This record gives sequence, structure tokens and C-alpha cells, in this order.
Amino acid sequence: MEIKNICYSPLTNFEVLETLKTVSKKDTKKKHGLRNLATITYETLQYLEETPVKSQTKESITDFLRDVSQYKLTKNELLMIINDPPSTALHIQLLVEDSEERLTEDQVNEILVLVSKYLNIEES
Amino acid sequence: MFVLAELKDTIRITPEQFSLKLTEAIQDEINRKLANKVLLNVGLCISLKDLVSIGDSLILPGDGSSHTDVIFRYIVFRPAVGNIITGKIRSCSREGVHITLGFFDDILIPPSSLQHPSRFEETEQAWVWEYPLENGEKHDLYMDIGEPIKFRVSGELFEESSPIGPPQKEGPSTSKQTEVKIPYKIIAAINESGLGVLSWWDQNNQEEEEEEGEGGEDDQEEEDLNGESIGDGAYEE
Repeated sequence: MEIKNICYSPLTNFEVLETLKTVSKKDTKKKHGLRNLATITYETLQYLEETPVKSQTKESITDFLRDVSQYKLTKNELLMIINDPPSTALHIQLLVEDSEERLTEDQVNEILVLVSKYLNIEES
Repeated sequence: MFVLAELKDTIRITPEQFSLKLTEAIQDEINRKLANKVLLNVGLCISLKDLVSIGDSLILPGDGSSHTDVIFRYIVFRPAVGNIITGKIRSCSREGVHITLGFFDDILIPPSSLQHPSRFEETEQAWVWEYPLENGEKHDLYMDIGEPIKFRVSGELFEESSPIGPPQKEGPSTSKQTEVKIPYKIIAAINESGLGVLSWWDQNNQEEEEEEGEGGEDDQEEEDLNGESIGDGAYEE
């Protein structure tokens, strides 16, 4: 086994969920020795389906990214926001470094509105 | 928290799989090898994402199988240090709080990274955050099993685990080797405001304002803190 690139690209939880859904469908064939795959996809799916990621779509994420671009958040911060949509200003403080200096209180509230509009549909 | 890792390996396809399409046989073989396993310094392997390239298949003398060089991308659970993840409390012990994500269990919050001050309740087998109240008393916040908890990844630890040797049948006297190595461990922290058991922050927003000691909030705003996500005054400049 040769590791060419440990982190070719980060994935959103949404992408993982979509991929695993197709994997779990294929596996109905019950092939020999694929039990590990079945276990891990089942457990991971269960975890992901309990999170707000379940209600996201490709469109909602791209729309969110377009609307949120004005706040100049880093890619990593956006990834965390999409994976674990914040519901309070306190969460944004945790996810965004130096949020006190980079964002005004109004901007934080605007981001929260965008999050509940696109990413956290169920709870809003 | 998930990444795509690009890997290369020589995949051996045994003759009984020759009836399958080559790509399908390769995909199965890769998943058989990696799914639900920890790859040293890479992370916990979940599932194959796609094949990048398939080289020529070779047959070696004395072996009917075909060997194919394959470059592929695999979905790997490898949260970056600093990431924030929500999990569930699996158990509490003297060593700290153990957290599970369902598919990954080896997450530990050491006592030094719990909210301060915390103590371990021996009778309940639970960690307790002794939340200070205004009047000098304290309010005990228990960390019960099964509660959802938000934590920050503060470190990771890979350990090379060698294959388990053959079982020793030489009489019952041989001591069992119970030493189990954990190949991939995540060290977590919750000693920041907003982290910890989720229900703490739904109810305790008001108190937290004072605890943070950053002051300057007017009382009206504090009234509005509960629940409402918009106009939440917990954010301070």
C-alpha cells in the first residue's frame, strides 16, 4: 500500500452521506468478505442521518456558499459550518477564528439566518 | 471531518472473481481490504470513493491470480485538529470522558480538558461540572451517558498495531494478553464556552454571559438569549 496523498481533498459530510447511500444499496448482493464495509457504512450513515446534513442538497449548499461569500470566511470554516450548522451566535464564535474582530454582531446574525435557510432546514 | 485519501496498491484478483468485471472486482477487493480499518497516519477507512487509474494486469508464475496496480481515492475519517464535532457520551471514568460517534469510539476528553472546575462523582460514575453561581454556590451539571456533546479535536494518536499472533494453546497457565492497542485515538477538549453537553447551552446561556466575565451586556439582551437563534446576544464584540 502506497499513500500518494493523505488528504487529496476534504469532504463535506453531505458528500459522504451521498456516497454511502449508493454503497449501501449496492451491497444488497451480500458478497463474501464485505461485512466490514457493510458495518461501517451502516454506522456512519446512522450517525450522519441524525445530523442536519440529512436535509441538505447540492443546490442548498452551493446557494449557501454563494450568499455567504461576502463575509470572507475561510474554506475550512465554511466546511465546518456546513457539517455542523450553527444555531446560535456562540457556535459561530467557536467555528470562526477571531470572529469578534472579523464579524460584526449584525453579520453574525445574517449568517445565522442563511444557515437556517439553507443548511438547517428542519430546525428552523 | 472526512477526507479523501489518494492511495495506490497492487490488487490481487483470484480466479474465481474473473467472471466479474475487472473494475467491480477491484472495487470489492479494495473495500474488503480497507473498510472499517485504521490506516496508520491516514485515519479510519470508510468506503471507496472512486478509482483513478488501473494499470496493466500481470500474472506471476505459480499463481493463477491477476495483479493490478490501482490508484484510487478512499473516504477516510480523519478530523483535523481544531475541528468541532458533535458526538454522544459513551462512558465516564477516572481517565476522562469517552465519546462515541457510532462508527468511531476512541475519543477521550482527559480531565484537564473538561470545563473547569469539574470533579468525578464516584457513586454515579460521571463527571460533574461544578458550575459557579452568583451567590458563591455551585450548580452540579452531570455528564450522563448518551447525552449529545460538542467537542473540539485537540490531538490525535496513531499506534502501530501488529497482527495478533496465533492463540497459545500451551495449557491454561499462560496469561492472556489483554493489552489491546488502540490504533487511532482522538484527544478532545470541551474547555471553551459553547462546548460540552448540548443542553448546558440551551438553558445556561444567561448564566454563561456572566461566567465569561466579558461583561458589557445589557440586561435586556440577556433576557432574549434563550432558544432564539436570531438576535442572540451571546455574541460579544
